[in-house]
Amino acid sequence: MAVDATEGAASAPGMPQLDFSTFPNQIFWLVVAIVAIYLILDRVALPRIGAVLAERQGTITNDIAAAEDLKRQATEAETAYNKALADARAEAQSIAAEARSEIMAELDEATARADAEIAAKAAESAAVIDEIRAGALEAVEAVAKDTAQAIVAKLAPGAAADEADIASAVEARVRG
Amino acid sequence: MSEDTATNGAETLAEGGSNHGGDAAAAVGGSSHDIPGVEPSGLQIHPMDQFIPERLFGEGAIAWYTPTNVSLWMLLAVLAVALMMVVGTSGRAIIPSRAQSIAELAYGFVRKMVEDVAGRDALPFFPYIMTLFMFIVMANFLGLIPMSFSTTSHIAVTAVLALAVFLTVTVVGFVKNGTKFLGLFWVASAPLALRPVLAIIELISYFVRPVSHSIRLAGNIMAGHAVIKVFAGFAGVLGVGSVLPIFAITAVFGLEVLVAFIQAYVFTILTCVYLKDALHPSH
Repeated sequence: MAVDATEGAASAPGMPQLDFSTFPNQIFWLVVAIVAIYLILDRVALPRIGAVLAERQGTITNDIAAAEDLKRQATEAETAYNKALADARAEAQSIAAEARSEIMAELDEATARADAEIAAKAAESAAVIDEIRAGALEAVEAVAKDTAQAIVAKLAPGAAADEADIASAVEARVRG
Repeated sequence: MSEDTATNGAETLAEGGSNHGGDAAAAVGGSSHDIPGVEPSGLQIHPMDQFIPERLFGEGAIAWYTPTNVSLWMLLAVLAVALMMVVGTSGRAIIPSRAQSIAELAYGFVRKMVEDVAGRDALPFFPYIMTLFMFIVMANFLGLIPMSFSTTSHIAVTAVLALAVFLTVTVVGFVKNGTKFLGLFWVASAPLALRPVLAIIELISYFVRPVSHSIRLAGNIMAGHAVIKVFAGFAGVLGVGSVLPIFAITAVFGLEVLVAFIQAYVFTILTCVYLKDALHPSH
């Protein structure tokens, strides 16, 4: 639309834009301005800005590298810490196992000793019991013989039975 | 001599205005600007007055070296560029100040444009393209200051810029590619029968480039400024009703701020596109 307007106006000789007498002046000052801007930009501004941008890029790259390095160090430290922790735990476990086995051995030994003592005591006691039991049997025999003799003497006073016969009969019954 | 020139100028102004557009024509139609003895009517709008190059000092014709408002505003553009790109970056800080950020933004914007559009081998032309961009964008924005002079609204200025680009591109094309540069006009991917026709079309389009390139910029800037001036003329005579034209001026001014940047961008990116054609002429 703007171009249309310009073209429409271009046919009119009245536009200041088409006053050719001012063209040399405009073109001269335009060239001056353009050359000045070119020199300002090319000699001063653009190299300076380019250098600043490159420097910033370098700084950023360095900072990122440093950050990566620190991150790596942190990871390493973490790994070392975990390793130390695992080692300590394993050591603690081994110490505990050792102590446990020691205690177990002592315990076993004590148990065995106690068992042996108990067995000895039991055997002793069994012997004593057997003795007592034998003594009791003998006493029972003796009492039975005496009782049998007394009974025989009461029942058949004339037949003074042979002591030996009675004893063997009682013995046979008791052992029977 | 000077009297004649002045009268001529006034005449041409009235005509220029009346030929510009519907509103302007209606507005200027009643103007009795250059007829002595006739009372001037209330509504006098000369939207093209703002584009007249004038001497800064003294009277007389304008020679090629005469300091004019053209030179003033162009040198102001140079100063603005120096302020923005040199003074603003004088800190050379790793963490940039605001001014330095703007300069870096402009640098990155144009550099990326050159790289993306024209390719890495166009980077030697980066200072040249940056110069074009900075001059046009600064001149456009300075032209938006009320009572200023828009140097980029003049076809003489934009035509020189566009012709410089055209010549550069053509010379670079032939220097870098030799006669292979003519392959730009010979569309190898088209059917053989069509190629001569396409070659003529391509050739015409190639030579129309500087015309469209320059008129696009000058036309956009001139039209916007003229429209603002027309509305300003209405605002001068409408009294309370001038709220409407003032609102319109505000709206158009906002649009013109956009246009000032976009036209500089378009001029620059087209330069890059032409440069790409010169460096890589194959389609």
